Amino acid sequence: MPVQSIFPRLEPLLPRVQKPIQYVGGELNSQVKDWDEAEVRWALMYPDAYEVGLPNQGVQILYEILNERDGVLAERTYSVWPDMEAVMRENGIPQFTVDAHRPVAAFDVFGVSFSTELGYTNLLTALDLAGIPLESADRTDEHPIVLAGGHAAFNPEPIADFLDAAVLGDGEEIALAITEVVREWKAEGSPGGRDELLLRLASSGGVYVPRFYDVSYLPDGRIQRVAPARPGVPWRVEKHTVMDLDQWPYPKKPLVPLAETVHERFSVEIFRGCTRGCRFCQAGMITRPVRERSITTIGEMVDQGLRESGFQEVGLLSLSSADHSEIGDVAKGLADRYEGTNTSLSLPSTRVDAFNITLANEFSRGGRRSGLTFAPEGGSERMRKVINKMVTEDDLIRTVTTAYENGWRQVKLYFMCGLPTEEDEDVLAIADMAKRVIRAGREATGRRDIRCTVSIGGFVPKPHTPFQWAAQCDHETVDRRLRALKDALRGDREYGRAIGLRYHDGQPSIVEGLLSRGDRRVGRVIRAVWEDGGRFDGWSEHFSYERWTACAAEVFAGEPVDLDWYTVREREEVEVLPWDHLDAGLDREWLWQDWRDAVDGTEVEDCRWTPCYDCGVCPTMGTEIQIGPTGRRLLPLSVV
Amino acid sequence: MIQRLRVRYAKRGRLRFTSHRDISRAVERAVRRAGIPVAFSAGFTPHPKISYAGAAATGVASEAEYLEIGLTETRDPARVRADLDAALPSGLDIVDVVPVGTGRAGDAPVRPGAFTDRLQASEWRIRLDGVSRSDAAAAVAAFMAADDIEVERLTKKGRRRFDVRAAVHALETSPGEPSGDRSHGQDRRAAGVADAPCAILRMVVRHCTPAVRPDDILTGLRLVADLAPPSPPLVTRLAQGPLDADTGGLADPLDPDREPVRDGAGDGAGPAGDPRPGEAASVDAVSA
Repeated sequence: MPVQSIFPRLEPLLPRVQKPIQYVGGELNSQVKDWDEAEVRWALMYPDAYEVGLPNQGVQILYEILNERDGVLAERTYSVWPDMEAVMRENGIPQFTVDAHRPVAAFDVFGVSFSTELGYTNLLTALDLAGIPLESADRTDEHPIVLAGGHAAFNPEPIADFLDAAVLGDGEEIALAITEVVREWKAEGSPGGRDELLLRLASSGGVYVPRFYDVSYLPDGRIQRVAPARPGVPWRVEKHTVMDLDQWPYPKKPLVPLAETVHERFSVEIFRGCTRGCRFCQAGMITRPVRERSITTIGEMVDQGLRESGFQEVGLLSLSSADHSEIGDVAKGLADRYEGTNTSLSLPSTRVDAFNITLANEFSRGGRRSGLTFAPEGGSERMRKVINKMVTEDDLIRTVTTAYENGWRQVKLYFMCGLPTEEDEDVLAIADMAKRVIRAGREATGRRDIRCTVSIGGFVPKPHTPFQWAAQCDHETVDRRLRALKDALRGDREYGRAIGLRYHDGQPSIVEGLLSRGDRRVGRVIRAVWEDGGRFDGWSEHFSYERWTACAAEVFAGEPVDLDWYTVREREEVEVLPWDHLDAGLDREWLWQDWRDAVDGTEVEDCRWTPCYDCGVCPTMGTEIQIGPTGRRLLPLSVV
Repeated sequence: MIQRLRVRYAKRGRLRFTSHRDISRAVERAVRRAGIPVAFSAGFTPHPKISYAGAAATGVASEAEYLEIGLTETRDPARVRADLDAALPSGLDIVDVVPVGTGRAGDAPVRPGAFTDRLQASEWRIRLDGVSRSDAAAAVAAFMAADDIEVERLTKKGRRRFDVRAAVHALETSPGEPSGDRSHGQDRRAAGVADAPCAILRMVVRHCTPAVRPDDILTGLRLVADLAPPSPPLVTRLAQGPLDADTGGLADPLDPDREPVRDGAGDGAGPAGDPRPGEAASVDAVSA
């Protein structure tokens, strides 16, 4: 049956909403394929506002890969703002894709990419607007398979009831594999209905289907065990790892929106994975091992991406971009190639390392040297040993001195508050460090207009990290330490005015903590919050801590668990964690040892340059570290 | 900067929901993709030399928006028209490109603001779904009969009351569905509202301060005749330009820049088949 565009009904309503262009589609390099010719149809969602979701690399990559295949169609959908939600409800307009404005419920697979847990309530809005039952158990053969991916999917238990399936790790290959399973099942006439399709996906070992696992609990509230509920369903579900990034040079044709978005640049992932071993960093743990994209592929992707998009800025993405084995040649090659073309280059996520100043200088050749950003993460030497962020204060001072000498005027420093074992003085040490930075800058340049901005985020313990057992710091303590830090900076007559402080209060981190390390029982809290109007929890103007605490208290009344139990409680080694049956490749014993090492302040080196310390990923996942140098050169492409 | 080009572009169909900022980003990127050698300003943050003469509001379609672009090399305007149009999303369409200072106005150095001075008035078409033609005609008659009509609106300088009648040079109801208006019409017809009453207004409104916008005229029509459209009106700017005292219509503001005779005019170097101001503009359907 042909599926109609809802656009004729939507169009007269668009003048009533904010930024209507975000609902119109028609982005450069977007595409609309014929509905009836497609055998398998995907609706891909990033569960946040269009301006945040559109630039998302994961969605763009899958969109392009799926649409390249014959018989496969992929369209995109994003969270609609509350004003649009009201208009849609009033006029009976379902959640739609922005490509051809087709109703999301008409697709075979509804894939949702979760970078953060704060998008969970937005999933419920989208399902509800789409007319898809919120709970997997209530869906029938006519509904799409609701599939989660992204980093938050490494513990999808809090939204397990709302999902049909989840996928861990890199999406390129598994999205195509799922497509094949769906295609075959449909070609056979959909035997056994939805249940059979999910069983086929689950028994492949690469797709987690929550309904096929039973969770039982101990009287004290802890999990007793998680076990397959069906024959043929594996005990553990493994993550997916793409081993040759040069085989997957996406996005080739980046989507260029008309609306303004948070990232207005062409981004190339220069490698995946990170083995620096920062203990707080979930991304660094779950994306191992390091797999570099070759310098030649990077060069070709930048060239093609700029030509296809017209963007003026290139971002070289990764978890620690300066760690690419040939980053120096990449930087110089790109700076040479684009010199004089008003194309700017950026290198997000760099470490405190003087070498990075050389890179930054290369990238800002002939341009403005406004600000550099570094992330020491911990204020005191002791704290940095605990989190395994191996940088000394002298390193930092050397680095910023070089930066100031090279004409940079402002340095931004990122820290976290509420880290395991943290004391008040660890946070106050941030003030001392910032003052030393200003002093070094003034000495190096002889100028007074040196600035340093300190940005602080609240630490949230994440699954699949050594801190997965840690007690999260309560928000009162976080707020008290931040206030003390603020006083220490404001009260300083010599340096106070040269140092800016940015931070958020601690309450949202507690909710993020609940959603990060929660189990299936947390789903009822999410649903209660959503029913009470909770939307866009990642946006401070929409987030309500009171709503979350009230709903959690209501849902958990009479149960052995509560909000504190999920957040500020330290776990023991033997406790079954909600995500233990989901395999990121990390050896549980190694994680525990690393947690104990953290408490002792014992550091661990990067396995790229020192012997393997048996985190477990490479042998269990059949993967290996892939780094250069290749010795090849960036192609000397000429610039138009 | 070696060459300056004046560009007339259209904002059609669903692309009418682009804001001015959206358009300016889209044009910058299109210029880069099309390989047009745009000049950049000097300074720490060089900006491409592209300037805009006014801009229709978000949600308002237009057949006659204007921008000026500075180039570091001389380019054939017809090529620029084709290349830039191809690099822009369908619905943002380049209608005409004319080099500045080679036509009749070419001998004198071009004063800043000279071009915007030519944009004395706009011709608008407003489609009112759910309003009968007789109701619209009665409201128009009452409007034109009034000496002044004060409306109130929030402007940049706060809430202001101002007269909208004096700026209206012409206002009339237009017969039937405008030919070729498929971008709006098709979608609406698909929604099954084609048989509902529909009135079309056409008007010529002088540019003044505070600006009298089409929605101010609609407010005026409500004040004088209780005209209250049940759904948002579809507003299209058809033309901008100098008021022609003889015809009462608008002249093409690019005419003073055009060369009287031009070699190779057959290759589309002229106005490139653009609709003349005052004629019914042909609006391409935006492919769905």
